[in-house]
Amino acid sequence: MQNQADKWNVYGTELSSRLLIGSALYPSPAIMQESIRQSDAEIVTVSLRRQSPEQAGGQAFWQQIQSLGKKILPNTAGCHSISEAVTLAQMSREIFETDWIKLELVGDEYNLQPDPIDLVKATEILLNDGFKVLPYCTDDLVICRHLVELGCEVLMPWGSPIGTGKGLLNPYALSAIRHRFPNISLVVDAGIGLPSHATQALELGYDAVLLNSAIAQAQDPVLMARAFKAAIEAGRQGYLAGRMPEKDTANPSTPTLGMPFWHQL
Amino acid sequence: MKITVNGQAIELTQAQPLLKVVEDFGALAPFALAVNGQFVPKSQHQAFVLNEGDMIDILSPVQGG
Repeated sequence: MQNQADKWNVYGTELSSRLLIGSALYPSPAIMQESIRQSDAEIVTVSLRRQSPEQAGGQAFWQQIQSLGKKILPNTAGCHSISEAVTLAQMSREIFETDWIKLELVGDEYNLQPDPIDLVKATEILLNDGFKVLPYCTDDLVICRHLVELGCEVLMPWGSPIGTGKGLLNPYALSAIRHRFPNISLVVDAGIGLPSHATQALELGYDAVLLNSAIAQAQDPVLMARAFKAAIEAGRQGYLAGRMPEKDTANPSTPTLGMPFWHQL
Repeated sequence: MKITVNGQAIELTQAQPLLKVVEDFGALAPFALAVNGQFVPKSQHQAFVLNEGDMIDILSPVQGG
């Protein structure tokens, strides 16, 4: 059973669930809703795109999300420039009535890597404009330091490129960020493909994971949502329990004293 | 006067407020507006007057990761 006192926070908002879930790529709206419910996530990510009158302006989707009663985290996915990201953030704040923004700024089309330089510049603009910025960043410690120095209270380094499902490609770098910023809320965002990847992130001391495709594109998204919920709880408890010291040499766990037939042959 | 709304070219016979153009386009709430890539808050939708060549974006909630 999850410890109710074991909470983390996003700019002062206390949260129990350590899973942030996306709303895209599900086989159907009904499966999206049930997956989000089963995941127990408290935060759902959404986006903005040009309105399509043929689809009634996306009203149905928005009503489906609202009916879940979750906190909304809008993203700036697909933005390639500071001005695009800032404008989309401002539009999101008005529609979704939240000053939270998952800041995404694509720096390269090949791996959709965040542009570290422009990310820092856009973060500064948005923080000065009153936003609470959750930057999707690489696992570069120095970029993270710049973001923290600007006032970010949450950092979201990638595990691996968006949609790859490769898990945590550089646990050492992610761990260094954790050790360097013990008081910042850290979320592994992007690249999670399996529940065990989420467990690993939590075992590293990360506060939460943000994922979408791993659940939405599973063969059974609802079941996968439950799997992630359990995996995240396991990882968190493993972190709190404190791992055994890692060693380079083997050590038997069964006592050797009193071993029969000891070297008699 | 030629403008574009969500990438679609539109001809206006006279200068019109942003809100009127967006309503005539068939926009449904909730939406947020930008003109030439700059956010225009709801409080300015009525008073904002468009100019030749303006590019309007009407954005609504969609799925996101």
